[in-house]
Amino acid sequence: MTPALAAILVPALAALVGLTALGRSRRAAAVAVGGALVTFAVTAGTAIANVVDGVADSASYGLIPNGTAPMQVALRLDGLSATVAIMVAAVALAVQIYSVSYLGGDPRYPSYAALISLFTAAMMLVVHADDLIILLIGWEVMGICSYFLVAHHWELRDARRAGVKAFLVTRIGDIAFMFGIFGLGLGSGTFRISDLELLVGDDLMAGNTLTVVTLLLLAGVVGKSAQLPLQVWLPDAMAGPTPVSALIHAATMVAAGVFLVARLYDVFLAAAATLAVLAVIAAITMLGAALAALVQPDIKRVLAYSTISQLAYMLAALGVQAYEAGMFHLITHGAFKALLFLAAGALIHVVGTNLLPEMGGLRRIMPVTFVTMTIGLAALIGIPPFSGFFSKEAIFVGAEEAIHDGSAATAWVPWFVLVVAMITVTVTAAYATRLWLLAFFGTRSAPAQPHEVGWTMRGPLVVLATTTVGLGVIGLRNDWFPAWLDRLTFTVEPAGITDLVPAEATLLAPGLVTSIASLVLAAIGAGLTYLSWRRTTADPARLLGRLEPVLDRGFGVDSLYDRVVVRPARRIAAATLVADRDVVGAAVTGSGTVSQRLGAAVRRSQDGDLQRYLTVLLAGTVLVIVAAWTAAGT
Amino acid sequence: MSAEAWVLLAMIIVPALGSAVVALVPGPRGDRVARPLGAIFGGITLVLAVVAVLAFDHDAAGTFQLETDLSWVPALDLRFHLGVDGISLPLVLLTALLAFLCLAYTTRVMPKAAQPRAFVAVLLLLEVGLLGTFVALDLVLFFLFFEVVLIPMWFVIAVWGDSTPSSTARSAANTFILYTLLGSAVMVLGFLVVHAETGTFDLVALADGAGAGMARGTQVIAALAMLGGLAVKTPMWPLHTWLPDAHTAAPTVGSVLLAGALLKMGTYGMVRVVLPVVPEGTEVLAPYLGALGVVGILYGSFACLAQTDLKRLIAYSSVGHMGFVLLGISTLTPAGINGALYANVAHGLITGLLFFVVGGIKDRHGSSSFDGVGRALYARAPRLAAILAFAAVASLGLPGLAGFWGEMLTLLGAYDPSSALPRGLYLTLMTLAGVGAVLTAAYLLQTVRRVCQGPIADAAPRRSSLEDVSSIEALAWSPLVVLVVLLGVWPGLLLGLTDPAVATLLGTGG
Repeated sequence: MTPALAAILVPALAALVGLTALGRSRRAAAVAVGGALVTFAVTAGTAIANVVDGVADSASYGLIPNGTAPMQVALRLDGLSATVAIMVAAVALAVQIYSVSYLGGDPRYPSYAALISLFTAAMMLVVHADDLIILLIGWEVMGICSYFLVAHHWELRDARRAGVKAFLVTRIGDIAFMFGIFGLGLGSGTFRISDLELLVGDDLMAGNTLTVVTLLLLAGVVGKSAQLPLQVWLPDAMAGPTPVSALIHAATMVAAGVFLVARLYDVFLAAAATLAVLAVIAAITMLGAALAALVQPDIKRVLAYSTISQLAYMLAALGVQAYEAGMFHLITHGAFKALLFLAAGALIHVVGTNLLPEMGGLRRIMPVTFVTMTIGLAALIGIPPFSGFFSKEAIFVGAEEAIHDGSAATAWVPWFVLVVAMITVTVTAAYATRLWLLAFFGTRSAPAQPHEVGWTMRGPLVVLATTTVGLGVIGLRNDWFPAWLDRLTFTVEPAGITDLVPAEATLLAPGLVTSIASLVLAAIGAGLTYLSWRRTTADPARLLGRLEPVLDRGFGVDSLYDRVVVRPARRIAAATLVADRDVVGAAVTGSGTVSQRLGAAVRRSQDGDLQRYLTVLLAGTVLVIVAAWTAAGT
Repeated sequence: MSAEAWVLLAMIIVPALGSAVVALVPGPRGDRVARPLGAIFGGITLVLAVVAVLAFDHDAAGTFQLETDLSWVPALDLRFHLGVDGISLPLVLLTALLAFLCLAYTTRVMPKAAQPRAFVAVLLLLEVGLLGTFVALDLVLFFLFFEVVLIPMWFVIAVWGDSTPSSTARSAANTFILYTLLGSAVMVLGFLVVHAETGTFDLVALADGAGAGMARGTQVIAALAMLGGLAVKTPMWPLHTWLPDAHTAAPTVGSVLLAGALLKMGTYGMVRVVLPVVPEGTEVLAPYLGALGVVGILYGSFACLAQTDLKRLIAYSSVGHMGFVLLGISTLTPAGINGALYANVAHGLITGLLFFVVGGIKDRHGSSSFDGVGRALYARAPRLAAILAFAAVASLGLPGLAGFWGEMLTLLGAYDPSSALPRGLYLTLMTLAGVGAVLTAAYLLQTVRRVCQGPIADAAPRRSSLEDVSSIEALAWSPLVVLVVLLGVWPGLLLGLTDPAVATLLGTGG
């Protein structure tokens, strides 16, 4: 069994055992944590092998015959998959351990833990898929796990709503995504990703078609990674248990959109217009989400908007061809955002509320949570030497390079990205500082359980905090990460033989100007927040005045969709049901001769039997349209 | 006639024999043994179907095998010609499986109006018609088996059905039979046109001829008649209006067989008969078929969004799902037709399971309406609710479960339809079907939300605790659950059978 297969099958098996063997909580915990541990060991082995020698392998396990397009059950292993897989496995393990005490007493814990295992398997499938259709399977299974886990507290209205919403909003993107896969697969003649990479050198497909196809793929990315205009599901998904938010809605599933662009980066590079669109969408999302994070009273919603904003950083990096920088930020963000969520979970666990204004003064009661969360927030803002500084800095430098070398199709795009990313640093520093102050300083709240959380919750916090610092150390050696990411790439010899060659190294060094600028901007954001908080000790969000409710509602996008999409759909549905009456039925069941029946049918429609009339009209219209279209085609 | 050819014949004779035996065992004794006997006969038939699968040469799935070809009524040029290929074999197995599960389920769960003898006899007779339709290789034989199905189904709905506010069981059954009779009459007209032009009813000969000897205009007329008749059974919008009442009235096993096997006769007939026999006529009508299929997808989805009765909801969802099958067939591409055949089988398994589960819910609550069932089923009967959620998720076409492959390949076919078809139209249809796929997810998750989730206090007060999945339910449902997962993760299992047969059908492969 290859490591790729093992990384998928181990958590899948844990899920199967967990879901079918209706065990007790303790047994379920053993299976879930055990599965996560083995998965981690497997991916760690691969990651080490990658660091030492580089790994690159692709294997097919069978065909999916359909007579039209070759599809294969193919898995691959390379630097990108090894790097993302270890991150996924590590966060999954931390979350499974943390969940044992966070939800251990919950009667729904066994199915919860099994669903997390299933989710892990699905994410591993995405990471290791070497065929777009296979990737799509993992992609959607993640979505359904997210649905079930968000709705874990299904007795609560918000949780029920949020689960359905998360699935449906992403499904809109996913359908377009599937059409994009069709276009790519049929246009190039293969659904195999490693084959696609080889084709890119030649002409993959006509430029316009490629642009359309990659834009369709982008719709799936935008849905999964909660970018504009499909960002609305992620803040609501915070109704799920906090460890789920940490794993699925911060570190892994939402990052799958970013991963997808990285996985098909050769294809996206050939579609410059799509990359420009991606960069612009990401830049707008980055700032908009950060602004929304500024005023959220719910600590988890602050972090959710923050995730949207940080994912936008990664996508913006990919949009300005700073591939390694984007991936570096994906990894560091996975660590520090999972840390932040788990720390927030600890706060919620102790205080018994999600609301920041009801917290305060917790630094003395919960010293471990305080220190680890401080590290996480510092990394989020981008303060050296924490990892977030290096990864974000790499993105700034990447945008700067794109400005100078003119590689971007549209010159203003990297400028736009750089400027907006810098402004966003100020806002990020502001909302991070606000969260920090409201939770840990000021007047003391009266927690339900005034003590630090237990070791199974503290342990993951400490490990993730250590990782958050450690990944920064990796950033100091600016050639390491790019080397791991694409140590070996698939290539084609002149004779057509596939071979593996070492890739060119890219460096991820912080730039002097961007470093100073971003630190100054961060200081401004943090400083202003601190000053306003110290003056009044009230929520600094109050300062924004009438802007606050607008930002709180996420710029009102939700209510817009409700008016434009949801309510009209409901109206059409109700009308359909009313209209669904016998059309032919009257003629069939009626007695008398054919002419009498026809006469009756005609009379009915003339008498104003609106329903019947409308159905016949609709059917007639459809047939006429098809006839006209067919005639025009020939 | 090959050595193993007795299998198909036996597969039809066994349930027929069973039906007669069950009906003839007299008195109270007959009533007592009827249901176990039915399960035994159903079991033997299933074993025979499995034997057929094993005897089938999977490397030659594109050719007819296990053939029986006897002269029957020479004067009328009728032959008793049976055989299976990769297209029919999966449906044969599906039918035998569903029939067995229904008969096994009936050993413990009877519809309200008792008379177990008659019920079992009728179910077995239904199985005869279904299996016969899927193995017949002669148009007249196909028609006869097609008709055999109607009468038992009428009894199942009219006698053992439940009246609903919208219609009585009897009137639902009447609508069903009148619609489908009219459909078959039109279909037979098409068969007669084909015979008049080619001089044969033999499907193999007709398929080999691929429309030779029939003028384009004749082909269009024949195709129109046959497609029209089969479309009633499918059902294709706007000929679907018999379906919701029939399903709502039918007892659980009736609904399972209706959705799981009966509806497949329509789409199977399109692929088996219309496509190869009158290819030019099909080509002319395909865009209309696809367009009406897509209207059905959207229409069914919207009707489901507003629906408040579980059985009706699943009935309307069938209109949508069969719309995908129609779209797939209409692309006239290998991917589209393979997808349609896959969706056929997947819908049989998934909707069969849905009707089983909903039937179980209805038995427990005495109602299948949202209000009657109440909420928070996750709390009251966790396993029952979990299986409902599973079936709903499978029904929305989640990748990794059986429903995905059919839908995906159908849409893939529409992305790049046969070169004779207008591509712009098909891209539009694909996009609309994609919208339908989102709506499908919407109404299924809404249903799970309404029934399985919700404040525990809001659960129907008299039913705060329910019997969870019983052992007979577990027995009848688990094969469906396993197959839905198996066909989801291993599509080659079914595509390996259909793909060569579709290649033969379209003349695209060896």
